[in-house]
Amino acid sequence: MRISGMKLGSIAPSFASILLCLLLAAGYLASAYRAKIPQEDKNGQENIQIPPPPLTEGIFPCSQCHAEMETNFTRRKLEDFHDDIVFQHDQENRWCLDCHDAENRDMLHTASGELISFEESFKLCGQCHGPKLRDWKAGIHGRRTGYWNGSKKYLLCVHCHDPHSPKFPKIEPEPAPRKPGKIK
Amino acid sequence: MSIKKYVHSPEKMDRRTFLKAAGLTSSAALFSACVSKEALEALLQKDFRSLSKEEIAKIIERLEAEYSQKFGKPFTVSAKEPIPNTFFGYALDISRCIGCRRCVYACVEENNQSRDPQIQYIKVLEMEKEEGIDFLHADLYYEHEKVPFEGHFYVPVQCQQCKNPPCVKSCPVGATWTEPDGIVVVDYDWCIGCRTCMAACPYGARLFNWGEPHLPAEETNPHTHFLGNRPRPKGVVEKCTFCIQRVREGRYPACVEVCPVGARKFGNLLDKESEIRYILENKRVLILKEELNTQPKFYYFYGT
Repeated sequence: MRISGMKLGSIAPSFASILLCLLLAAGYLASAYRAKIPQEDKNGQENIQIPPPPLTEGIFPCSQCHAEMETNFTRRKLEDFHDDIVFQHDQENRWCLDCHDAENRDMLHTASGELISFEESFKLCGQCHGPKLRDWKAGIHGRRTGYWNGSKKYLLCVHCHDPHSPKFPKIEPEPAPRKPGKIK
Repeated sequence: MSIKKYVHSPEKMDRRTFLKAAGLTSSAALFSACVSKEALEALLQKDFRSLSKEEIAKIIERLEAEYSQKFGKPFTVSAKEPIPNTFFGYALDISRCIGCRRCVYACVEENNQSRDPQIQYIKVLEMEKEEGIDFLHADLYYEHEKVPFEGHFYVPVQCQQCKNPPCVKSCPVGATWTEPDGIVVVDYDWCIGCRTCMAACPYGARLFNWGEPHLPAEETNPHTHFLGNRPRPKGVVEKCTFCIQRVREGRYPACVEVCPVGARKFGNLLDKESEIRYILENKRVLILKEELNTQPKFYYFYGT
């Protein structure tokens, strides 16, 4: 045999073409795939969790300060305390005590006077934003995490929207993809 | 003869001798190149859909060992089958998306895409409100200090998981197909890298590994699926799989969970109570390039 006279370079193409033929042939022989479906029950009943409201640390319960204070029902701009709150939420028509209850300082109230806890603030928001509340309940408005077929985590309106200035703030975007011209 | 100058051997070689030598040497090369049994098995591996459960289990064992060694942490590769009676659909609220690209990078991390060369399944397109949805004038490379940018809106595009997928039809070797739960997947071991599917896809949703994928070990997601986010080799095509490794366990895709404005919705189209069905039944919905009859299961809607 005269293998010694052969160079590896002349062998490689034939090896590659044999492999390619093998691969192509096997590809065409691929049979139809039908996955066997295991019998499983659907995950249990929908279970929805909502994290606690994002209250500023140390501010709650409100009554720890307000219990000692006399309520001033006059509509005004706050100056001594809570002056960091930017109020841009139908500010022409409303102020603090339209949502915060003056009698029960640790509660909110609806337009009809029904007391609502901070955990259920979505009921208060839903008075005006009915279609949004409906969509939020259906899982269409707002962020949901967890299981598409099981337990889910919702967020309250106030987790994303500051109730005093509810417009979603602009944020910094992540970097743009590299342009093809810049790829080495 | 003129051919003589190309033949290095001093003796003349006839065709018969040449073929004999070539055959013998290539088979010798085959066996010497594949010294390990694993490598030989990998070379002769059948396509995923032809494999028996036992064969899949064996391959997975080999892959898990390979990845764990390569990245220095324990990897799991699942071949979990579809959940019965599921057919996945996705919806994206164009009126909500602010173009922050959080989804792009959550996807890269979840699905072990190559960082360099850069591979990203999600392309967020910036469009002008005055023009409406217009791909000709969309900007993929927008850079702003803050988003959404005045007068613009955003249309993120990824695999549309078509019911009538041109990519699947175009593949010459059957390396890509639609799973029973509606996810279009790729068998990375069977893909020959011809990129025909990329030419066939009207959404630019398929990406090719031109170079050896670079994936920092500390950033890898070791929780993988055979047809999804397991590390890919150079020279194969990859794409969004709705996070097959997550959704077959009932979880939401990574892009859905990370979206800060909740613009991304996902669910089972066969479940009347699902979020996705609510959107299809109650919102204004559109699909991209409807005229091509690709029948996407990725819907865009206006949530306002």
